[in-house]
Amino acid sequence: MRLLEHQCKRLLAGFGIPFTEPRLAATPAEAEAAFQAINGPAVLKAQVPFGGRGKAGAIRMVSTAAEAVAHASDLIGKSIRGYQVSEVSLEPKALFEREYYAGVAWDLRQRQPVAIFNRAGGIEVESEASQAVKRTFDPRTPLTAYQGRELAEQGGLEGRELVLVGSLIASLSRAFLELDATTLEINPLVVTGEGKLLCLDAHVELDDDAAYRLKSALAGLGDIPTAAGGRTPTAMEEEAARIDARDHRGVAGRVVEFPGDLALLIGGGGASLTVFDAVLRHGGKPANYCEIGGNPTEEKVADLTKLLLLKPGVRHLAVIMNVVNNTRADVMARGVVQGIRSAGQEPSEVLSVFRIPGSWEEEAVALLKENGVTALGREVSLDAAAALAVKHSNSQSSC
Amino acid sequence: MLISSEDKILVQGITGREASEMVAESLAYGSKVVAGVTPGKAGQSVHGVPVFDTVRAAVAAHQPTVTVISVPAAGVLDAALEAFAHGIKLCLIMSERVPRRDTACLVAASRECGCTVIGPNTLGLIRPGVAKLGTIGGRVDNVKKSFLPGRTAILSRSGGMTTEIASFLTSRGIGQSIAIGVGGDPIIGSNFTDLLRLLESDSSTDAVVIYGEPGGTAEEELADYLCARKSRLRINAFLSGRFVDDMEGVRFGHAAVMVEGGRGSVKGKAECLRAAGVHVADKFDDILEGLL
Repeated sequence: MRLLEHQCKRLLAGFGIPFTEPRLAATPAEAEAAFQAINGPAVLKAQVPFGGRGKAGAIRMVSTAAEAVAHASDLIGKSIRGYQVSEVSLEPKALFEREYYAGVAWDLRQRQPVAIFNRAGGIEVESEASQAVKRTFDPRTPLTAYQGRELAEQGGLEGRELVLVGSLIASLSRAFLELDATTLEINPLVVTGEGKLLCLDAHVELDDDAAYRLKSALAGLGDIPTAAGGRTPTAMEEEAARIDARDHRGVAGRVVEFPGDLALLIGGGGASLTVFDAVLRHGGKPANYCEIGGNPTEEKVADLTKLLLLKPGVRHLAVIMNVVNNTRADVMARGVVQGIRSAGQEPSEVLSVFRIPGSWEEEAVALLKENGVTALGREVSLDAAAALAVKHSNSQSSC
Repeated sequence: MLISSEDKILVQGITGREASEMVAESLAYGSKVVAGVTPGKAGQSVHGVPVFDTVRAAVAAHQPTVTVISVPAAGVLDAALEAFAHGIKLCLIMSERVPRRDTACLVAASRECGCTVIGPNTLGLIRPGVAKLGTIGGRVDNVKKSFLPGRTAILSRSGGMTTEIASFLTSRGIGQSIAIGVGGDPIIGSNFTDLLRLLESDSSTDAVVIYGEPGGTAEEELADYLCARKSRLRINAFLSGRFVDDMEGVRFGHAAVMVEGGRGSVKGKAECLRAAGVHVADKFDDILEGLL
């Protein structure tokens, strides 16, 4: 999960990271009040969960109350890169001498966290990546202050700044581990005229799989954005997630809509990718990506099948899975047939391909036969099954 | 490699629904499951396998050297550390959704004690005709239908695709020396490179089929390794999720399947594997090339 900037800052404040206090505004009137409280030149930023906000026009400089109102009116409710802005933050415009970058991420090769410092921060951090210095560390122990100073020294700092940045890096490494972060970045980290450090922007992503133990850390931060990559899910995608959440057995809710006419119920995790690629390569037009697996219940399969079929423009459904290990082919077959019927359609007309070999396959084949559908076996590869689904849907739509 | 028909197997979390089913299927396939652990349930038995409160007690009574961990995600780190503390040499972690920090901590600990970790988020591994760990292949009749003893190894980031690939090879008469679901997470105990090192010196293996996905760095790392050190093995790879390259930031399938900032794209992975001498199949059926 990727947090909004104001959430990142409040979370990191608890680790002694120095930052400017963001004042939130959900209406132009609140933005005006926030500006008056700051009583000086301010920065107004849309709270959206992605980087590159400056280029996206989501950051505005304001020097009068009227400007604060105008920019807030413009940004609140606006969609930026598919994400609906509901709040803006205001903070005093900071005067600074230098911009640095400091962050912690996972080094997947070393399988360890890695602290990164770059004396060329701000918007230049990517073009000046060669100046970055890194240090991996044991995931069981955060960096200590001296290790932070060594990194700052390597990165070209000296004097008081070396000492301050060293401690900051140690604090960031502790925050990274304690918060189960997957990414933690401070950019820019600035040095003010008085020689103090200040974090102007922060980017924190937390591990979804650790959400169960982050509840108290996240309490009071407000709603955490749920959409991956900042894209707001469609109504159908949200409904699929609700169907999945109703019962813990099986994965069934990872649906992404596409503009085609062929509904896909595919799985598991790897085979769904393989089949989707194959459908595209054979010239098919998928209406959705929908992964299924982990032995879902019949009800879940039925509800999902119905949801996929009721999407406007959908004409056919292809159900393709790898040779199943845990998932029962017969449960899948019953769910699919029930879902098609509750959508008011006939399995023999709408189900173009059903291929789930493996556990409980014979029972599935028999059930489909009763419903006028010939199931495919393991001798038809994933690729061949996808080709058949495309062929069927294209020949039917041309008549 | 990794497991023999003589190895004694422990199951941590044995009284859970999935673990209990797995024990029945493993015993039916001939794996030597000798003991289980569920804290607080000592004295019970699961399909005739005795349950202990601690790994220490299970090891004292039955001397297992291999463990399969199937406990809730929040308990995985603790269970793995318990296994390491009592001399377990191979630890297969089936549990899904393990926090990344916990995985990294247990991987760090496993390096110190010399235990090989497979997973988390794996369905298991199998040496056809010898033994299997985990639920790979499902019911024993399906396992026997899908896997055939032979000389091609399978390494796969997807559990389901491990069986699919084996079944496809089997249908064309190509047997398998070992098939391993390495786990679907960005950080796992043994990645392609770690396992390829073991396969290099495995006299029962001539070829390897690798199944990769978008995200992570496992394929790139393997390519770097193969560029530095030529392999004696025929290596075929199939990479799925080409469409994900165009959908930056959206997550599909496994936890690792996501392209971020242009990193982890299938296109990039395919290019560097090819440059390292790996045969990259354009479509699934081409994984057979050079194996027949």
